Amino acid sequence: MTRLVGQPVKRNEDARLLTGRAQFVDDVHLPGMLHAAFLRSEHAHARLRAVDLSRARQRPGVIAAFAADDLGDYWAPGPLLVPPPPIPDLVFRHAPQVPLARGKLRYVGEPIAVVIAESRYVAEDALADIIVDAEPLPAVVQLEAALAPDAPRIHEQLDSNVAAHALQTTGSYAKARAKAHRVIKRRFHYDRGASAAIENRGVVAAWDASAEEMTIWDTTQAPIPIRNGLAAMLGLPESQVRVIAPFVGGGFGPKIMMFYPEEVVIPWAARAIGRPVKWIEDRRENFTATTQERSQIHDAEIALAKDGRILGVHDVFLHDTGAYDPYGLTVPINSQCTLLGPYKVPNYSSEFTAVFTNTPIVTPVRGAGRQHGVFVMERLLDLAARELGIDRLEIRRRNFIRPGEFPYDHKIIFQDFKPLVYDSGNYEPALAKASALIGYDRFVREEQPRARSEGRQLGIGVVAYVEGTGIGPYEGARVTVEPSGRVRLATGVGTQGQGHFTSFAQIVADQLGVGPDEVHVVTGDTRTFSWGTGTFASRGAVVAGSACHAAAAAVREKAIAKTAELLGVKPKHVSIGGGRVYLERDPSKGFTLGELAQKANPLRGGVTPGTEPGLEATKYFGPERGSTANGVHAMIVEVDRETAQVEIKRYVVVHDCGTQLNPMIVEGQIHGGVAFGIGNAFYEQLVFDDGGQLLNASFMDYLLPTALDVPAIELGHVETPSPLNPLGTKGVGEAGAIPTGALFAQAVENALAGTGVEITEIPLSPSRLFTLIADSRRVGPVPAAAPSARGRALCLEGTYDFGGSPGDVYALLLDPRVLASVMPGTKRLDRNGDRYDGVLDVGIGPVSAAEFALEVVVADQIVGEQYAMRIEARGKLGFVSGTARVRLASNGAGTRMSYSAELQVGGTIAAVGQRMLDSVSKAMSAQALKALERSLRARGAASTPTGAAS
Amino acid sequence: MQTLSLTVNGRRIERSVEPRLLLSDFLRHDVELTGTHVGCEHGVCGACTVLVDGEAVRSCLMFAVQAEAARVDTVESLGSEHALHPLQEAFRDAHALQCGFCTPGMLMTLVPFLRDHPSPGELEIRHALSGNLCRCTGYANIVKAVALAAERMREAGAAPGAAE
Repeated sequence: MTRLVGQPVKRNEDARLLTGRAQFVDDVHLPGMLHAAFLRSEHAHARLRAVDLSRARQRPGVIAAFAADDLGDYWAPGPLLVPPPPIPDLVFRHAPQVPLARGKLRYVGEPIAVVIAESRYVAEDALADIIVDAEPLPAVVQLEAALAPDAPRIHEQLDSNVAAHALQTTGSYAKARAKAHRVIKRRFHYDRGASAAIENRGVVAAWDASAEEMTIWDTTQAPIPIRNGLAAMLGLPESQVRVIAPFVGGGFGPKIMMFYPEEVVIPWAARAIGRPVKWIEDRRENFTATTQERSQIHDAEIALAKDGRILGVHDVFLHDTGAYDPYGLTVPINSQCTLLGPYKVPNYSSEFTAVFTNTPIVTPVRGAGRQHGVFVMERLLDLAARELGIDRLEIRRRNFIRPGEFPYDHKIIFQDFKPLVYDSGNYEPALAKASALIGYDRFVREEQPRARSEGRQLGIGVVAYVEGTGIGPYEGARVTVEPSGRVRLATGVGTQGQGHFTSFAQIVADQLGVGPDEVHVVTGDTRTFSWGTGTFASRGAVVAGSACHAAAAAVREKAIAKTAELLGVKPKHVSIGGGRVYLERDPSKGFTLGELAQKANPLRGGVTPGTEPGLEATKYFGPERGSTANGVHAMIVEVDRETAQVEIKRYVVVHDCGTQLNPMIVEGQIHGGVAFGIGNAFYEQLVFDDGGQLLNASFMDYLLPTALDVPAIELGHVETPSPLNPLGTKGVGEAGAIPTGALFAQAVENALAGTGVEITEIPLSPSRLFTLIADSRRVGPVPAAAPSARGRALCLEGTYDFGGSPGDVYALLLDPRVLASVMPGTKRLDRNGDRYDGVLDVGIGPVSAAEFALEVVVADQIVGEQYAMRIEARGKLGFVSGTARVRLASNGAGTRMSYSAELQVGGTIAAVGQRMLDSVSKAMSAQALKALERSLRARGAASTPTGAAS
Repeated sequence: MQTLSLTVNGRRIERSVEPRLLLSDFLRHDVELTGTHVGCEHGVCGACTVLVDGEAVRSCLMFAVQAEAARVDTVESLGSEHALHPLQEAFRDAHALQCGFCTPGMLMTLVPFLRDHPSPGELEIRHALSGNLCRCTGYANIVKAVALAAERMREAGAAPGAAE
């Protein structure tokens, strides 16, 4: 039998993708199709009082506009996707997301209303017609601040912002600590990034009233659960709802989340209106409306014996779940479990508190919490190696689980509700191989000292990890041989680039003795296959692959039995290959698969009672528990101490994913995972300010690694087949991304050895590393890791010296006509007592000039001396609100004005204009002040400017 | 509305369009050539790259009306499923695509690059690719594919239709 599994078979799906003929959701065009745009919250936390859609509905081209109340009974909070696992005393408080906001806004980007129009352009125009009455509330952004007793509560039905609490222990850490030779403790930060699939999300829904059938195209990783859930919501039988996940342009986790508000609203709208509706997320929406991951703070401690053996680990961490927690506890439990890595930790105590914040929802992103665990453990081991004077590789080796110790039970519960038991592994060879490939000994002995002597900072890192993959519950597959001889394979898991059309075809082709390109694979269409859960947790190849194997094996058996029956021989004398089933000793006697399919489906005559027609079989596979993949990554970097730029000189991955179905695809997955990890480690960070505004919601400000940033990756493999599935395979999709942060930290720290730089946070960036290097040169303790929030978006202060008297300047500053003439972009400004109303036209950076309604209320006035202004400006592109203070004092010849303003900026200008905000506002104030000076002169007061805006 | 006439993949097209209509939307929705993908709509990701008069252009940064009288070529102008362009063939052979969403933009960036740089070095290739984001592959196989395509296209020499 030809064996295709294990071969680098070229992909069946590529020709379609390469020629632009593969269908993605946004490629669906239907007659009469309408387009949707969502109005989203500009506030991270606010009370939503009213939404007025009347003007939007009147705009030509708008067909409908809906807010929460328009959905009637259909409006319901989303389901809990993943219930918490059976951990004793676990606390979990479910606060589900809603289709459209009602009563409260809890994160920037939360959908408030939807407009359906003849074109997307018109729908977006109409968003500006919607009037939202919202009262901003203080936002909760920082994890620790969220837990303060007086912190604003995000979900008022709960008595705090605690979403969950769980403690898992094995052994007794207290006893381990008591007898430890050394205890090392640190605080570790891991911050948020975006999944940033190049394809944004999208939904197209079409309602066929005559057939009472709903068809939905969705960029989901889980078409079948989406179908089941929507059928229930829409009150339709599951058979009347068809969900298609066509080609999906990258998943990386967030596309498994359900239900996104848009997924709930669009099908309802299509049915309500009676026309197909398409919604395609744009990139800026994606930055806040698509789920994210990774904020955690760990206080971790390791207790060690003198020889470096781990006696115990104690970890207490905070996990950011964002504004809602639909995905349960998968991420923090992965962190908790993955921390243990390939090591024996006899005494472990891990406790986490999941916290609600006014930030986008957190659900798994490639790695799904595993990064954090690996980061904490590997960093602790690095510190231990340094403090105990043991080589970094050696301390890992001493703590590895030995090959004879599998299955290895860590005695805690994993994300799949099963005990965390490693099925197999062989860690020492992986470490040895990685060490040899990167030339660890020679680097440490020769290259690094030589580089040092030349003034170059070279560093090496080597980290190990174990990854739980291929978890249940189950997947299924149906293999059919058609009378034409064509083999069809249907399975429920969708594909986001993992090569299912090829690796699954290989599995089936092996069983049926055909070429891999002769197996036609359909995935992700509920009409074709309607049982299954989805593509996540590095499980597609393991679980669905095993189901494909079982179904194909059953068809093979059927074909052989039928042939044996027809030839009147025993099945053991029948062979299969080359598209035929034949007598082994006389291959001329036999049938093609197509002929057998025909014979297995007779139109007349009789069959043996109990015969199932056709050459077809449907099988399911559910593993006893997940299979554990593992690996070692090694890297050499060069750090420029002056600029803090890091250059990756070499990157080595040694990986064990059990039996490889297609090594070409495995390598591709690892390459991509590492690139993802490099982005997370050094380029990508979502930056929220204290008001919960995301300040870098564009690819100009949020940096994905480019072809210049990701090095070539050298790969080595160790193959320890999993005993938990017939293929012996383990998952690989997330592996590359998991240890990269830990590796980056170790290698960079090693490059900077001797400077005292200690890296306890990811992501780093050149600027953050620069700060760490600079701080290390200072005396005293290194400041705590940078939190993600960066205070208020816009702070202005300065002084300006005018030529006139304080009284003149005061009058001038409060004269609406003067102000209108000096403030750039002022179209109108009226005064009514202490209140000013006006209209401004302002453009900032990439945000083109747009109209803002301005309202200023003057208070705390002492004529000639001081006043305060409460400023509110809002327009289509966002808002600016806050307080400014002005003080005037005589400085001999004239008047010195001191001003300060602290402004919250929200909406588009905050999200994509942040880079320019500071400079533009400074330029604008300087321009205004100069114009004021001119007005003062024009009023006849002598003026000699002695200062400038600063 | 404004009338627009241009050539798309060798086909003469006349349409009446809104001046604000992006070239990317025009190609995808009006001409129904959905091979050109939209990833960011602010000119960074490169997924929407097409050729305008033979040069790589981000179609999301251009209004359709700006392509008046121009010759626009999209990924659909390269090979077909059964007769791939050498560059497409090399992408397949080197496993240079996974989800394939960014791929059309990559290809359209590379067509003029390979025309102008028939023997590119690795760094040159990486520079050429640095304006196209790929989230799946880590780029290494794309770099390999470009080198492979260049080699094959050189070997094919002046074979008709081998290169742009």
